[in-house]
Parts: sequence; structure tokens; C-alpha cells
Amino acid sequence: MAVIELQNLTKDYKAGFAKNRLKRALDGLSLQVEAGEIYGLLGPNGAGKSTTLKILFRLIFPTSGTARILGRDVRESSLRARLGFLPENPSFYDHLSAEELMMFSASLLGLRSSEACRRTGELLERAGLAESKSLRIRKYSKGMVQRLGIAQALINDPEVVFLDEPMSGLDPLGRRDVRSLILNLRREGKTVFFSTHILSDAETLCDRVAIVNRGKLLGAGELDQLLALQVSAVEMVVENPSAAILEALNPYVRNMVRTGERVRMESVEGCEASVLLEKALVAGARVHSVNPVKASLEDYFMAQVGETAGHKPQATGSSQPSAGSEQRRGQ
Amino acid sequence: MFQRISSIALHTFKQSVRDKILYSLVLFAVLMSAAAVLMGSISIGVTQMMLVNLGLGAIRFFGLLMAIFIGISLVWREIERRTLYNVLSKPVARWEFILGKYLGLVLTLAVNTGIMTAGYFAILLVQTPRLVPEDLASLEAVYFILLELALVVGVALFFSCISSPALSALFTFCVFIIGSLLTDILWFGHESQSAAMGWLATFLYYVFPDFSAFNVVSGAAHGTLVPGRALVSHSLYALLYAAILVSASILIFEERELQ
Repeated sequence: MAVIELQNLTKDYKAGFAKNRLKRALDGLSLQVEAGEIYGLLGPNGAGKSTTLKILFRLIFPTSGTARILGRDVRESSLRARLGFLPENPSFYDHLSAEELMMFSASLLGLRSSEACRRTGELLERAGLAESKSLRIRKYSKGMVQRLGIAQALINDPEVVFLDEPMSGLDPLGRRDVRSLILNLRREGKTVFFSTHILSDAETLCDRVAIVNRGKLLGAGELDQLLALQVSAVEMVVENPSAAILEALNPYVRNMVRTGERVRMESVEGCEASVLLEKALVAGARVHSVNPVKASLEDYFMAQVGETAGHKPQATGSSQPSAGSEQRRGQ
Repeated sequence: MFQRISSIALHTFKQSVRDKILYSLVLFAVLMSAAAVLMGSISIGVTQMMLVNLGLGAIRFFGLLMAIFIGISLVWREIERRTLYNVLSKPVARWEFILGKYLGLVLTLAVNTGIMTAGYFAILLVQTPRLVPEDLASLEAVYFILLELALVVGVALFFSCISSPALSALFTFCVFIIGSLLTDILWFGHESQSAAMGWLATFLYYVFPDFSAFNVVSGAAHGTLVPGRALVSHSLYALLYAAILVSASILIFEERELQ
């Protein structure tokens, strides 16, 4: 069942001094998020990620298109009792303490006092804020505010959680905690929809992703499928090859990287694994491994976003082995 | 619905208290104590009249200051600081937010006025042996001040939904001045030879809230009670006008995008 359904969502802002120009922030965005999955909305800054989330929470209104969550139109304010939301760079009433903010949020959601107290205690503990729960928020660091933002988004035990750049402002430990929290939410059967421009987070967490740039959907689907489409090469690792062997393989490979005694290389476009392996064995090379090269999410992202931005993905090829460089390639 | 509105109202009250807005009470206390000491040498009847004038004038002045300067940033500050995102991402309708903020500030002003009124009567008791029935006029004047403040908050809230605090302060102040001079403006319009002036004066009279109708401090100083009918009609007038201002604020805020 689709938990989130966006249909042709378009948003135009009035721009310019006289507000007589239109700037399109979202351009016919359509996507569906299924129950119980972690869905990542990816895109560079200004791609339309936050605009999408703001439309879902009626902070701004779409120029056209529809948005439904849990089968209900987002214009129904009562729907938000079943949702949790962390805005980008959240800002809270800084004269309140974390505990007071949580209780205030709970009162807006209509939680009973006993339930609100219990959830507040649990969530602040989980967010690592139990010891500073009585401290005024104005004394919190950016990371603490971010963690509080996530805690308040969960006060009503929501069915669907929306997180806008949840890792922003967090240190490595905080990011690990948030990753673990998001995975826990999925285990509890909740749907998580989050926006990010940190691709490694999306790669680690998401079941499916959508990539947007300049308000347009560039690609969407399961990570495995998106990246499987990108298999276009074979990676071969050869043990301590001589210069003659490298010379013999040179027409068939690119991106040679020496790491210690091993040289890793990728087949050139159109060269199949069997051909590469045969050439290596004929040249007398000791082959350590041969694997298909899958693109990383970063490669996919750069290919998609680079195209819309009018850039060609940067060539990284080199015909000679170089030591010390590291390339990210999945298995 | 009521729980959400009351939560927002109580939070607005708490915010004002923590922003040290009620420090104005200290200033009021100092002013009244100084006045009591300085007037000690004047004859009792004159002292009482001056105290009533000064005390009620101060209650009105401090109330108006608070109503304007908190009211003008009531919504604007929430938008600028993006604290509104947290509230509106909950099942809170925009009209509930505006109504909650309005009631919260009116509650703040009512508590502030209540404390100042208690201080005022304490000073009166120090100056005179006991309270007399005419002192009820002071209570009526305080009630009228509250009605006036509720209207001023409505005006400030309305402008807070459409402009920055500086402009809102300017607009609210202008509305207050015009509203306080409406009787004179109407008289001037009728006396003037110009039909346009007459039309303009009539227009202003019907559009702007008549703040002068709520100023009964002078009457209270002379112990003149407000007739019961005027109490009811002025209450209804304030209620109706405040409802119009809050409704207009809601209509504007419903369409406002929070970027």
C-alpha cells in the first residue's frame, strides 16, 4: 500500500523585485512510498527536497498537483496526528527546556499527560538528552537541537516519519545514532521518508530513493535496481604484474590502481570478463579476482545530476597504475 | 481543538513571562510608590484624584506598550525564527494558532493589568482609610482598559501577519491615534465646508475602532460610574471588533506561505 503519494506536484515561487517572475522549485514531481520502507529523497542543495516536505506539511502550498499521506489529502490537518516531522535546521522555542518542548508538542497532539510524560522520558533518553532535559534550549549545541528535533518528531509514535536532512549538524557519533534510530523505526514497522544530500547515508539506509534536481525527478527506484543498471565494467585484480603484462593488458583496461603488490584495473567499455581474463592469462598474469563493477550511488547521482546541470561526469581513467588512490566500487 | 488553542495560549503567556515582559510591573510599582510619597503633603481629596488619574493612566500606558510591542511580533517572530514549523507540523489548524496566540497575549495583559490594579488599590488604601463605593469606578475603568487592550492586540496581530515589526508598530500606532481621535475627526468633518472631508471623516469613524470610547479614566477620578448599558454595549463593540480583526488575521495567515 502506498503511504505517500505525490502526483504531478509543481511549485512556482514569485521572484524578482516586483515579484513578476516565476521560479519553478518543483516540476511535476510524482512518486509513491510504500508502507514500512525507508525512502530517501536525494538531490543537491536547491533541488526541491525541502520544498516537497514543506508542501506535505502545508507550510507552503503547491501550484498544482496533489499529495496524499496514508490515503488522506495533506490539507486535512488532523492527518498530522499520525505523522512526525523534523524540519531542516530546526528551531524551537528557546525559552523552553527540552522536557517542556516535548510536553508542549504532546499537548498539541492531544496526548494524555501520563502518556506524554512517559514518551518524553523515553525519547529524551534515546536522544541522549536525558541529562540536559531541564536546560533551556537556547543553551543547546546545534547537534543537541537536531537530536531534540528528532525526539519531538517521534513524541506521538507516528506511523510515518519525515526527516529533512536529519544528519545535519551531527558529529560522527550522532550520525551513527540517527542511522541506528532510523533503522529501528523501520523494524518497528514505520515508514521513514527523509531528504539528504549525503549519499553515503542514503546508500546505507534506504530501501528506495528518488533523485531530484531543479525540481524534477531524475530517477527513482530500489537502490539495487538503480545501481545494477549501471554495471558496465569488470574489475580485475592481478598479483604483482610485470611491466610487460601491464603493457599487454593496457588496450583492454583503464583506471589501474596499484595497492601494495596488487594492481586493480577495470575493463574498458565493451570488453567482456571472459576476454579480459583470457588476455590476462595469456600474458602470464596471476589473477587474484574478477568482479563486476557496480556504480555507487554517488556515480549514479553524479551521472543523473551532472546531465541536468549540463556537466559531463568527470573522467577518472588512467592507463598507468597509480599508488595510494581509493575508488569506491560495490560488489 | 480547545486543548490545542489553550496550549498555544498558555505557551504564549509563558513566553511573555520568560521574556521578562512583566518587569514592567516593577516600573509601575516604583512609579506608584514615588507618586504616593510625593503626594503625601497634598490634601486628601486632591491626592486621591491625582492618584486615580496617575494610577489608571499608568495601567493603561504600560498595557498599551505591552499590547503593541508584543503584538507586533506575535506572528512575525514565529515565522522569522521558524518556530512555527514545529507547531504547524502538528495537527494544528492555522486559525487555531492565530486564535491561541491572540488569547495568550490577552491573558498576559489581563494578568499584568490585574497585578497592577492590585498594586493601585493597595496604594489607594495607604492614602485613604478605606475604599468607598466610588472606587468601583476605578474597577470599571480597568475593565475598559482591558477591552481597549484586547482591541489593540487585535490590530497589532493583524499587522504582524502582513508586515515586519517596525512597520506593524507604525501602523498599529497610527490606528490607535486615529481611533483615539475619532470623535474629534468626526466633528471636524461635519464642521468643515468640504464634502470630501466630511465623507472621509465618516469613513474613518466607521472603519477604525473607537478607542476614545474606552477611556473613562477622567470619570473614574471623579468617582463617576459608567452606566450599565454602556458597559454592555462597549463590551459587545470590543468583542465584535476583536472578532473581525482576528478573523481578518486568520484569513491572511491561511494564505501565507512559510518559506
